Parts: sequence; structure tokens; C-alpha cells
Amino acid sequence: MLSYFLRRLILVLPVAFGVSVVCFALVQIAPGDPLTAIMPVDATAEQQAAMRAAYGLDKPVPVQYLIWIGNLLQGEMGRSIASGRPVADEVFGAVGNSLLLAAAAAVIAFPIGTFLGFLAGYYRDTLLDRAVTALSITGVSVPNYWLGIVLVIIFSVNLGWLPSMGAGPGGSQDWHWDWAHMRHLVLPAVTLAVVPIGIVARTVRALAGDILSMDFVTALYAKGLSRGDVLRHVARNAAATALSVMGLQLGYLLGGSILIETVFNWPGSGFLLSNAIFQRDLPLLQGTILVLAMFFVGMNLIVDVAQAAIDPRVKRS
Amino acid sequence: MTPLLQIDNLDVRFKGARTVHAINDLSLTLMPGETLALLGESGSGKSVTLKTLLRLLKEKRTDLSGDIRFDGTDIMTLSGRALRSYRGGDVSMVFQDPGLALDPVYTVGQQIAETVMRHKGLSRENAMDVALDMLQRVRIPSPKRRLANYPHELSGGMRQRVMIALALACRPRLLLADEPTTALDATVQIQILLLLRELQREFGMGVIFVTHDIGVAVEISERIAVMYAGQIVEEGTTHEVIRNPRHPYTQGLLAANLHDVARGARLDAIPGAPPSLEVRPDSCSFAPRCPMALPACRQALPPVLTPGPRRRVACLRAGETLAAE
Repeated sequence: MLSYFLRRLILVLPVAFGVSVVCFALVQIAPGDPLTAIMPVDATAEQQAAMRAAYGLDKPVPVQYLIWIGNLLQGEMGRSIASGRPVADEVFGAVGNSLLLAAAAAVIAFPIGTFLGFLAGYYRDTLLDRAVTALSITGVSVPNYWLGIVLVIIFSVNLGWLPSMGAGPGGSQDWHWDWAHMRHLVLPAVTLAVVPIGIVARTVRALAGDILSMDFVTALYAKGLSRGDVLRHVARNAAATALSVMGLQLGYLLGGSILIETVFNWPGSGFLLSNAIFQRDLPLLQGTILVLAMFFVGMNLIVDVAQAAIDPRVKRS
Repeated sequence: MTPLLQIDNLDVRFKGARTVHAINDLSLTLMPGETLALLGESGSGKSVTLKTLLRLLKEKRTDLSGDIRFDGTDIMTLSGRALRSYRGGDVSMVFQDPGLALDPVYTVGQQIAETVMRHKGLSRENAMDVALDMLQRVRIPSPKRRLANYPHELSGGMRQRVMIALALACRPRLLLADEPTTALDATVQIQILLLLRELQREFGMGVIFVTHDIGVAVEISERIAVMYAGQIVEEGTTHEVIRNPRHPYTQGLLAANLHDVARGARLDAIPGAPPSLEVRPDSCSFAPRCPMALPACRQALPPVLTPGPRRRVACLRAGETLAAE
């Protein structure tokens, strides 16, 4: 098990390198000059050159990359061009908020999706199955930013039950585990949970349906096991695949919540990313993308290892 | 003596997009410790019979009628705890393909121990000891190590040994074997057959052995029941059925055997295919393929002749040959 983990870990290194190169290059090939966003329109050529030198933008691209990666390894991600604050502070604060939102959405989505999917798979081809399938297709298809706005209209504007914006009262950025803060989490988390509910439900339905029709399930009944015991066997068989889908969904929740964070003004990485793009804030953009990508890579690693731990057939191959 | 198993007038009908009359008026008796081969081609209802005995068919999609008694207990009305203790406790089953019938994500030891724990109420450690003992009895080399193996780490023959160990772990009085050697290599087939025969003698249990291979049936069984289109068309001791087959279908099966056929000679095959059974047979199901069929065969179900004790043939013309003797 440990050797499998180490092997997977070594395989991650080239991926991480590739990700860093792409992150760096992405910003280099983007059209436009980052300095135009922060320099006054009438800045002289000398002033522009001085600014360029201050940010190291006058050096050749490979050198810029080496400097960037060297700083990165020391935990130094540069300073945001727009705010002047260290990128690391901004990114990790925002990623923390996104992680909170993604985790909340996952806590809502995974149990519900698993339960619905199992129900549909067990009662395959019944009315219940069709209802779950219809529900999950709707969940996956409805644009979630639209759903978010609808929920805001209903629960914030009309009913006034829940706040529609921010991560805390009065636009506070610091998270506390109290109701005043948590009520801000409800609407964006529910909105974000809708897609993974659909995806997890469909995956688990297919898994449970397939496994239940296998010979070994008949054999389990034949040896005198109760339905509960048999379902435990089915769950164990489905677990590896279901968990890997959930892991990837968690990755998507983290990186793919840009629209939801924008709708709800949630101070997360998506929100930060869209601001960085509009302000042409290159260091911030690079840092955010890199951290998100690394989270995704890490998530994949965890999923692979978890899968091998659960399913004995994975390890040897 | 009470029969170990008595089936009377069993009907099994599958409902769904298409109705299939899988078993039609089947009656069968098995005495304790007896080994019976249920012989027939694919789709003749052999496996369905076994699954019905363990009540494994999906109730929603199946109509069952008739009477099944195991040691005097009515099986058709069993439910809940009683049904679970009957399955795997009194009667257990070895499946055709052990690669599909074992749970892939549990170790061999866990799977055997689980059955023992459920039926005998043993602790996990004691159940594992039983599992180890069973692996030794089915002659698996280095059984202690095998306990911790997953099914995919074993060969086909080894898996079938595990399946047999699993089936016998709770000392059932009846073992149902559903073509247990079909999915295996020829050399392994013989080993498994010999093992089953030895264990049957050792444990003194009754065995119903489903097969389409006459050679296997002769090797393992004392009695043979030949199935065709969901009915038993001929039954008797293995010796009687092989030496003196009465039903044209049995005769055809024996003639279709590859033994003693000269190279280059035409193989005898039974022409045609079994009926689809979408309607309940109201005449002899074999008549369309039968070389001896008379017009009367296509008009009514054949009479069941009983030329001896526990010997029967469902054929209109079997009487003629009897009379001629």
C-alpha cells in the first residue's frame, strides 16, 4: 500500500511541472500588457520601463519562469498588481473560502446523490427509478447560476430568510462557525450541490443496477444472507468507483464555482479569479490557477490511493 | 423413510415482455444421500429448477405453483429468517462460473466465514478456523495463505474449490451443483468431479448435479433425470437410463455423444431446436424433432409410463418397446 502511494506520488511530479509551465505560459500568451491596467494613461516610457523592471517583466521568459518557480518553492508567489498584497495571502484566503463552500456543497450532495442513486438502482425500471433519473438530468442540465438567482429571489428577496451575498454579516471576510456566518453559506452551497447530486445519483444508480444483476448477488442470497447483508456487499463493490467520481466532483466544485461565487459575491477563488482576469492581475491569476490546479492534482492522487485501498483489484494492475 | 426432497407438479412461469413457461408440471423425489444428475440441453429448465429450490427467482417476475418439500418442510411458503437458514444451511449451491459467483472485493476467507457466522452463530475467529478447515478439505494447497486471497488472485479450478468449500461449510444435507465444471479446463473438470464425489461420500449429503454432459452425469450420479422443455422426460438409475434409454430424446442424446465415433463418420445430432415455451405445452414438446413421432404425439401430452420402481418415461411410444420386450 505504501509503495503504491509512493509510486503514485512520483507520478504526480511531472504532472505538477506541466501544470506550472502551463500556468506560467497561459499568462504569457494572453494578449495585452499587464502594466496598462495599473499605469496612468499618460505615463512616460521611462516610467513604464521602471515599472516593468520592478516586476521583472523585462527579463527573458525562461528566466522569468525560473525566478517565478524559485520564489514559488519558497512560498513566495509575488504581489498582486492591483492590490499590492502578497498573492499567497489573497489566494489561500480565497481558496479557504472556496474549500468551505465546496465542502458544504459536497456534504449536501454526496449523501443525497448516493441515496437517490441507490434507490433508483435497486428499484430499477420502476416509477421511482424514472423519477430519480428525471430529477438528476434536471439537476445536471439547469444552469446553476440561474438557479442561484431564482433561489435568491425566493429565499432572500421574497421570504427574507437567508442573506444573498457575502460570507458573513456586513461583508466580513473572516469565517466563524456561528449561525450569523453559516446562514450565508446555505444558498450558495445548495445551489452548488445540485449538479453533483445529479451526477452522483446517476453514477451510483448505474453501479448499483449493474452490481445487483451480477451472479455473485444471487450467490449471496443463496448462502442465506439477508437483504441488508447483500446490500452491504453491493455498497462495498460500488464504493471504489463512486468515491472516485465524488473526488473528481469535489475538484470541480472547488474550481468550477466561479459563476456561483460571482452570483453570491462569495469571496472565494472563483471570485478572485474573475477579478484577477478583469484587472489583468497576472501574478494573482497565475497563483490562483496554480493553487486550484494543484488541488485538483492532489485530489486525483487521494482518489487513486483511496480506490486502491478499497478495491483489491486496482492495486496489482 | 421421508424423502430428502420432494417436488410435486411444479410450474414456473416467467412474466414480462415475453411469457416463458420454464418448468411445466415437474415432479421429482430425492432420497437422503442420493446423487441425481439433472441432464438436459441449454434452456431445458435445469438451472431454473435449482434456483426454484432455493427460491432465488425474482418473485415479482415469476409465477410459481406446485409443492416443494425439503425433509417434510414446505419450501414454497418459507420466508424471512426460516428461508435464510434454509438457504445455505440446509441446502446450498455451487454455481457454474466461480469467477462470477464469488464477491470480487472480499477475501475468500471472509466469504466462507461470513456464511458460517450467519448460520452457526460463531465468532469471526472461530468462523475463520472453519474456513481454513474447509479449504483443507477441498485440498487447496497452502490454505492458510489462500484465506487472505481475493477471488481474482486464484485460478479457475481453485476458485471452484473455494466455491465448494463455501457451499459445504455449514454441512448442508443437500447440495445443488449447477454445471460446476462447465467453465473449467478439461483436466480441472475431472479433479473437481472427483472432489465432489469424495466429499459427497464423506458428508453423506444428497446432491442434485445439473449438467448437459452425459459423461459427467455417468461419472457422478446414481440416478439420472432427463429434462426437456421444462419437464422430466425420463428418469431412472444411471445404469437403467444409459443401458436402456426409453425416450427418443435420451436415445438421441446418447447417440450424439462423441465416444466411439469413427473418424470421418457423420455425427449423429438431434435435428431442430428446443421449443421457445411461450405457451404451455399441450402435446409432446419433443414431437417436432422426434424420428418416431406419431400424429397422436402432436395432439395430447404423452402418458407417463412407469416400467419399474422410480423409473419413468414420458413417451407415447415407450409402451410399444416395453410390450415388445
